[in-house]
Amino acid sequence: MTEPLLSVRNLHVNFPTPQGRVDVVKGVSFDLGQERLGIVGESGSGKSMTGRAILRLIRPPGRVTAEKLEFQGRDLLSLPEREMRHLRGARISMVMQDPRYSLNPVMTIGRQIAEALRAHEKLSRSATRARVRDMLESVQINDPDRVAKMYPHEVSGGMGQRVMIAMMLIPKPKVLIADEPTSALDVSVQAQVLDLIDTLVRDQGMGLILISHDLQLVARYCDQILVMNAGRVVERCAAGELDRATHPYTKGLLASVPRMNETRDELPTLDRTAWEGT
Amino acid sequence: MHAWLISDSPASRLQASAGRAYRASGMLLRNPLAVAGALIIGLLIFTAIAAPWIAPESPVGQNLSNRLLPPSADHWMGTDELGRDIFSRVIYGSRITLMIVALVAVISAPLGLVIGAISGYFGGWTDRILMGLTDVFLSMPKLIMALAFVAALGPGIENAIIAIAITAWPAYARIARAETLTFRNAEFVSATRLLGASHSRIIVRHVLPLCTSSMIVRVTLDMAGIILTAAGLGFLGLGAQPPLPEWGAMISRGRVFILDQWWVATMPGLAIILVSLGFCFLGDGLRDVLDPKSAGKS
Amino acid sequence: MTTAISLDNLDISYSGNRVVQGVTFDVAEGESFALVGESGSGKSTVLKAIAGLAPEWTGGMTVLGKPRGHGPDKDLARTCQMVFQDPYGSLHPRKTVDAVLSEPLAIHGLGDRSERIEKALRDVGLDRRFRFRYPHQMSGGQRQRVAIARALMLEPKIMLLDEPTSALDVSVQAEILNLLKRLRAEQNLTYLLVSHDLPVVGFMCDRIAVMTKGQIVEIAPVTALHDGAFSDPYSRTLYAASGG
Repeated sequence: MTEPLLSVRNLHVNFPTPQGRVDVVKGVSFDLGQERLGIVGESGSGKSMTGRAILRLIRPPGRVTAEKLEFQGRDLLSLPEREMRHLRGARISMVMQDPRYSLNPVMTIGRQIAEALRAHEKLSRSATRARVRDMLESVQINDPDRVAKMYPHEVSGGMGQRVMIAMMLIPKPKVLIADEPTSALDVSVQAQVLDLIDTLVRDQGMGLILISHDLQLVARYCDQILVMNAGRVVERCAAGELDRATHPYTKGLLASVPRMNETRDELPTLDRTAWEGT
Repeated sequence: MHAWLISDSPASRLQASAGRAYRASGMLLRNPLAVAGALIIGLLIFTAIAAPWIAPESPVGQNLSNRLLPPSADHWMGTDELGRDIFSRVIYGSRITLMIVALVAVISAPLGLVIGAISGYFGGWTDRILMGLTDVFLSMPKLIMALAFVAALGPGIENAIIAIAITAWPAYARIARAETLTFRNAEFVSATRLLGASHSRIIVRHVLPLCTSSMIVRVTLDMAGIILTAAGLGFLGLGAQPPLPEWGAMISRGRVFILDQWWVATMPGLAIILVSLGFCFLGDGLRDVLDPKSAGKS
Repeated sequence: MTTAISLDNLDISYSGNRVVQGVTFDVAEGESFALVGESGSGKSTVLKAIAGLAPEWTGGMTVLGKPRGHGPDKDLARTCQMVFQDPYGSLHPRKTVDAVLSEPLAIHGLGDRSERIEKALRDVGLDRRFRFRYPHQMSGGQRQRVAIARALMLEPKIMLLDEPTSALDVSVQAEILNLLKRLRAEQNLTYLLVSHDLPVVGFMCDRIAVMTKGQIVEIAPVTALHDGAFSDPYSRTLYAASGG
């Protein structure tokens, strides 16, 4: 394998509480090349914090430490805030859960996407417009000129999320972090959005970190999977080998999801005492 | 005791509410400004209760041979134009201030709370009529409206209190309405309706308790304004009547001598500043502790 | 077998806009019936109309044989209760579990409050320690258990479940689903479940009504989820998108 795009060793994130500082991420390590990595876990497992820590989006009093946090050989932890801001968006982008909160409600969609591009690249007005048009087309928006003139509240959730993706991908980043990109969407739209992310990531040779609570979904769209529980990575495996998972937490998680052809009378539940303390 | 109060699984209603109060007071104590505010208010209350024992002289006893004496060991804050000890008058004045503040709060806060909650909960025409009324009151400056009411009712401390209370409630109604609107469609309100609860029960038992904390904060912060309005009315001769030692009225009397005998107007003025500050500090601290938005995070 | 809920050609509007049209179905007593569909399909609106929270409707509606009025009423409360989607929004933030569970007893003037509350907590699998906790001292799953306990306080016959597990983690979802299934068997309850999650419906229900754009396109037995034997094209699309 070639030099990884992103390299994380022993990442810790902690927050102060009345009982002292508490680690919400306890030593996460992984390498990301031009591949799709899934981070799965339940709420409070630290999966979102891991994603935010990479982009240094953890605000004080939260604190991030790591042995190594490198993007293309550059140390992200010691980078000055100005360069970090340049890196965010241009090199590493992030798609958040709900497009309604991530888009500026008083700016048209076209202008917001153009803004995202202009912040990282100097282009003429007509070139910018052409790029925005292309980008909207590539996220499968049929009528890009009309949509570009619309405001975020005028589009549906699925369309909004596609606009978000367009905005994040227009500066051609190397790594895309998608934090629960579809959990606010309907099932039929979910598949469209994920297929879209998948195609774009493959075509542009990017690295993808897909953060989700849904094991099946991650297994379908990723190459590698990290399962997190209580701030630690408890299982790492190739997506195809998920059914051969060894850790009791992963197995329990898999078993507790109802299946389409459900015949069990009772769903197995996690025995949380089985691995706590390990 | 500490362990009992912070227990995660209290064994009775009493322990649960005691634990909540304990945590809130703990947070309040960690806020130095709030502690300073609470101390000042505590001092005000203590002074009002113990006035006869603290004050060296009668607040109304005149002694024309001691007119306009500067501050000294005998008269800590000097004497006024009728030879009354200003320190004693300021001490007794705290009773009047405390009474004004307490009565205004007791009249206007519940009134505003109920009107705002009803308006926000029912919406529609009820809301339009009640809020229209509120806006009429809000559109006029407080002091001017209080002046008009006192002029109509006649000067005097009781009428001043009524006038201030009438001018104060619309702001509270607005807050209570805004607060109610945020959770009138919340699922816990729907759930309670489905249990068969009447509208009045939901408003009284479920909606009002959620408005009270922001109301307490707002009332505390408004106290300073109420004191100043009362002092303003006193200053204009429309509030407390002589010889009552009301701070605003005292400043008004001292105005005549302000250049030569500065202490006559300054001493009650200092008292007003101190008490207003106390309420502001306490209000800020309470906001940090009680505000539902910050409480939700902890 | 008697009918628990019977809807006949029900139209529901929100401030003049018709969002549900011509919904007709019967739920037998003891049955578990599901309304599935995507957001905006009107499935939750049907539930709200039965509960009395969406009063603008026309058509026929009977609950346990009695015609249903348009608002929530006290008699209905004894027979029909609802569990909401969001365990964070459905509990009063300043009331302890004890206060939440006493409220239905106080409204209906029932005695033996302490025993009833303890029993309800036991029924939903919560330890006695939780009785005097505030919602912010509990996890999402624990809150949802409290919400279920509150709905069961009045010993209703029918439970309306509005996406009761969609805000929960999968492992917690399994616990709550097991709980709901066990309660139904123990107390002989009728369930009307609204969900967008077909596998959850497959675990919980006997029959499924598929809704889209305010209309029911198909009513099928739960076995259709095993073999995909849906007749309507929309149902088949939904089934395929859900990984069937």
